[in-house]
Amino acid sequence: MSNNKLLRLFLSMLYISTFTFGGGFVIITFMKRKFVDELHWIDEPEMLDLAALAQSSPGAIAVNAAILVGWRVAGAAGIVSAVIGTILPPMIILSAISFFYAAFASNPYVALVLKGMQAGVAAVIFDVVCGLGKHAVEEKSAANIILMAAAFLATFFLKINVIYIILAAAVFGISREIFQHKKGQP
Amino acid sequence: MIYLQLFFSFLQVGLFSIGGGYAAMPLIQNQIVDTHSWMTMSEFTDLITIAEMTPGPIAVNSATFVGIRIAGIAGAITATLGCIFPSLIIVPLLAYIYYHYKGTSVIQNVLSSLRPAVVALIASAGVSILLTVLFAEKELAAEHVNWAGAAIFLAAFALLRKLKWNPVLVMALCGISYLGINLII
Repeated sequence: MSNNKLLRLFLSMLYISTFTFGGGFVIITFMKRKFVDELHWIDEPEMLDLAALAQSSPGAIAVNAAILVGWRVAGAAGIVSAVIGTILPPMIILSAISFFYAAFASNPYVALVLKGMQAGVAAVIFDVVCGLGKHAVEEKSAANIILMAAAFLATFFLKINVIYIILAAAVFGISREIFQHKKGQP
Repeated sequence: MIYLQLFFSFLQVGLFSIGGGYAAMPLIQNQIVDTHSWMTMSEFTDLITIAEMTPGPIAVNSATFVGIRIAGIAGAITATLGCIFPSLIIVPLLAYIYYHYKGTSVIQNVLSSLRPAVVALIASAGVSILLTVLFAEKELAAEHVNWAGAAIFLAAFALLRKLKWNPVLVMALCGISYLGINLII
């Protein structure tokens, strides 16, 4: 594997990761532009498959996508260079911020700005939840709506560990599969 | 051993967050606020605010921020490695399965059951953050409500939902207007 390609992969991910705000889906769009349209390393249908995989695997979507693209382009060495390129910018930026945070947060004006921005974050999260929730309700699956209500109850009021809730939802999905199989077979 | 604790805490965040940024949020809260008390809910809310304003995945941002505050640069690196470790194992494995058994129904069924649960978990984290804004960790009573915060929340929500404004811009405006309201009153 040429070192040139690994370096190119690393620098591409470094650049994309530094300048993409707004989460996993945005970064995948930028990766598509770079690796499909510009460098022609991956074709478009395969990039869509990789995006779906990155999204349905556990962990950060950007990191997952970097693993998949790195692996497709240059195997294990590709994974290493793509992942380091992806995580380096947020690590450097957040380290810098954390050094200033104590001084920052104790300044009364900054504290007020942060407090206002917290209200903004709450609004961003509610907006995301409305979008996702609307989508889930439109599927018109009673089981999904009950699942959603039960998960909210369990985490917010009963303070059940979120990991158990996720595992329970996965088990529910598997039992759905078994149930459908039984129904499908005479 | 603080490094091991950081590694395994963020390993759980990486392992159980499915569906990207916001899905990681309740797990991070569970680890750093509820389980280990490394941060208060108000510091956690600041962290999410900062993570939202800067590039990069929320999980990696949080791992770096928490790691460095608990155990310096080495802590930041251990926590981040913990966070991406499950992906490094599972993603290539899933890719292999995917290319061999494309779209099997058991995977589809598990994913379609996880999605509504994840929406509920994100909603719960959102409500916790909203309560922190409105009541600042005091008891939930009408006389403690931060009305300026509530007004800004509602205005921001309307801008995002109805007018589809850019979230980073909306958050910056929220910060400035909250400062403005407090300086005037």
